[in-house]
Amino acid sequence: MRLIDKRDLMPATRAMTTTRRGFLTMSAGAAGGLLLGAAVPVRGLAQSGAQGEVLVTPFVHVMPDNTVLVLSKHLDMGQGTASGLATLVAEELDASMDQVTTDFAPSNPEVYANTAFGVQGTGGSTAMPNSWEQYRKAGATVRAMLVNAAASEWGVDASEIGVAEGKLSAGENSATFGELASLAASQQPPEDVALKAPGDWVYIGKSFARVDVPQKTQGSVGMFGIDRQPEDGLVAVTARPPRFGATLASVDATDAKEMDGVLDVLEIPQGVVVVAETTWKAMQARDALTLEWTEGSGETRGTDALMQEFRALLDQPGNPAEPKGDAAAKLEQADKIIEADYVFPYLAHAPMEPLDMTVLFDGSSAQFWGGSQLQTVDHGTAASVLGLEMGQVQIHTKWGGGSFGRRATGDAHLVAEAATIGKAWLDAGHDARPIKLVYTREDDIKGGYYRPLTMHRVRAGLDADGNISGWEHRIVSQSIAKGTPFEQYMVKNGVDDTTIEGIHPTPYAIPDLSVDVHHPDVGVPVLWWRSVGHTHTAYVMETMMDELAEAAGRDPVEFRLSYLGEDARLAGVLKLAVEKAGEAGPEGTYRGIAVHKSFGSYVAEVADVRLREDGTIKVEKVTCGVDCGVPINPDNVVAQVEGALGYGLSSILREQVTLTDGEVDQFNFPDYMPLRISDMPQVEVHIVPSTEAPTGIGEPGTPPIGPAVANAVYKATGERVRSLPMSQHGLA
Amino acid sequence: MISFTLNGKETQIDASPDMPLLWALRDELKMTGTKFGCGVAACGACTVHIDGVPTRSCQTYLGDLDGATVTTIEGVESDAAKAIQEAWVELQVPQCGYCQSGQIMSASALLAETPKPTDEDIDTAMDGNLCRCASYARIRKAIHRAAEIMEA
Repeated sequence: MRLIDKRDLMPATRAMTTTRRGFLTMSAGAAGGLLLGAAVPVRGLAQSGAQGEVLVTPFVHVMPDNTVLVLSKHLDMGQGTASGLATLVAEELDASMDQVTTDFAPSNPEVYANTAFGVQGTGGSTAMPNSWEQYRKAGATVRAMLVNAAASEWGVDASEIGVAEGKLSAGENSATFGELASLAASQQPPEDVALKAPGDWVYIGKSFARVDVPQKTQGSVGMFGIDRQPEDGLVAVTARPPRFGATLASVDATDAKEMDGVLDVLEIPQGVVVVAETTWKAMQARDALTLEWTEGSGETRGTDALMQEFRALLDQPGNPAEPKGDAAAKLEQADKIIEADYVFPYLAHAPMEPLDMTVLFDGSSAQFWGGSQLQTVDHGTAASVLGLEMGQVQIHTKWGGGSFGRRATGDAHLVAEAATIGKAWLDAGHDARPIKLVYTREDDIKGGYYRPLTMHRVRAGLDADGNISGWEHRIVSQSIAKGTPFEQYMVKNGVDDTTIEGIHPTPYAIPDLSVDVHHPDVGVPVLWWRSVGHTHTAYVMETMMDELAEAAGRDPVEFRLSYLGEDARLAGVLKLAVEKAGEAGPEGTYRGIAVHKSFGSYVAEVADVRLREDGTIKVEKVTCGVDCGVPINPDNVVAQVEGALGYGLSSILREQVTLTDGEVDQFNFPDYMPLRISDMPQVEVHIVPSTEAPTGIGEPGTPPIGPAVANAVYKATGERVRSLPMSQHGLA
Repeated sequence: MISFTLNGKETQIDASPDMPLLWALRDELKMTGTKFGCGVAACGACTVHIDGVPTRSCQTYLGDLDGATVTTIEGVESDAAKAIQEAWVELQVPQCGYCQSGQIMSASALLAETPKPTDEDIDTAMDGNLCRCASYARIRKAIHRAAEIMEA
């Protein structure tokens, strides 16, 4: 998803209008240690009243056993955020990395809001940027309190106390954090704290091991929502309509209800839900349902019909984004004009952990467990569905088994469905029990919330000197933000920013550029998919720049650089990647380049691609130049770029969701085909050293890979690939 | 009643012979290290060893397991598996980690069979294990690294 610089999204959901309290009180008796309030009002303390209960710092706990617990306000879905936040705290706290552990923060937008969103949530590659000061200050605050505690205990001045590797010392005296935790709890937190100068960093900027990796090599036990199996827990699977928006005509659940381990079959607006003792029993019983859906209801168009309608719209003027210069006039004067249309298919995110959400609703309170990516939206929606106050609902965030945007939905459909099931279960006269709603892979692939089907049309001119002379750009794509709480901030004058980002604005100094869009209504739910609009805008921009460079008889790198005069960082990564890639790739390969800025970060990719005898391609090597400000953990930056370009490569090779008469054609990984290890190139990532504030790195590696590979394919075959995936053209 | 050896222990399970091993492990035995990814043997997340051979547990039925030896991520402790797990941590392979149980089971079986695998051996052995985080570059390096650890 996208970064939005708005602090007040909350009014769009119930979250905004309800009182939020009661989240922050923790028992010091249970934790037994130092519970610090770095940024939280002391209100919770006064409310709780009871002896031993202390207001907890939202971000850092120091335990008497000398463990430092860092609470991640963000979902970690593989991008390494929990470890990154732990590093920020450890740096300013002067903790030993070995003593730091992490957990996920409770849902509470007052304390745990993403400062880029105004609500609690993760996306738009904002996790580290928005936490950069906040978590370092949290660490520095705890450090100051420990130092003050040591000063009073030892009768020395605070300035005489040194802190390193989780120990405080002054002369003969020394103590661990844990030993001083209790005393430090009574210290007043300083109002402001100074942060280290970059030259004093011990951890930031150095590669370190992630907190979650050891557990993830031993079965990830207890980490993922789908693995939760509470003692009296049940499993729900839902039979949903074959067409988006279709409705149930009739259901015969006789056979299903008779099956061993099936407790009930519930009708809810989303479909027919089987509740069973186990996942396997629930899935089997769902297969035994006889279902009829109202014929013709819901979206009935297939991909061909949609594409025909989208193509017709390419001929019509759309809603304009703010133009630069006068593209039409410059095109009139152009020496050459290149026109091209592009087609990008619906894409599923298909995270490896299928969607799941556990609900426990007892009529007056509700709890949820799962990989919640927009906790505030999930929280508000759950409260609304169940008729509860925010304080009666809690979301327990679990590690996400991948997401790529899929767990961040503006309509919170997963939590809404789980909540509805929890309510229907109670209404059916059962006792409250935890019910885990589980998606099968078929539910996931057929379930919508795709990267939108998108078409582009470009008319770009060149003057006699080989410079760009006018650029008209039209995009037809469903709006992602429309109808969600994000609409008011992301859609301006009928133009969804997530559709045009990457083209408008573009870092290229193209003087005469006009962009307009159509947002047709289609009954297929769409969603941000790792790097969102950049998934298609970068492809068009960077293949067109290549095409223009060739038509102008200019070198593709020089051509790009000539339009990047005002963006030294983007020019820098392009030069770096080209230099590191060397003169040529592995023998027999063709080279393509692309460079793109997204989510504040700059990435250039040089792809060396082999054309096999059967006409398919193998991307042998990708050399990347990356500037994401301070690389908090360079090895994790490398991992994210490797993974992000792998995700992008996966999509351009074989991924597409198509529909026939409104029904999704694909069902599972045999026909929705992601990247495999044999497709994976060798990847080299070169990071620009920087002391600029960190910018995102979960997504920016994705956009350049498609156009870099397409530009190499052109060199190999002489064909410009303008519709994806490449498998349609026999290339994969 | 179906009897097999699971992670070195004699195990008896009273369940339908057409129940996939994956669901016997996860639902009945509460062993969740083996993951559900697709249910149709197309992603490898549910890979276990059956008599030492990497096998998709979602398409392996209890009725076919009488007398078999089953090893899951919770019980794998061969030298190859230990080397793989060590290399996985050293090279920081996992991102979301959901597929990694299956990756490690496939990789450890490869290494037990082929102590010095080539890139081609790795592609062949690991191509059935999907990773949406695309940790593949590190998986490849880590398998080579594990081979070195084994040799040392």
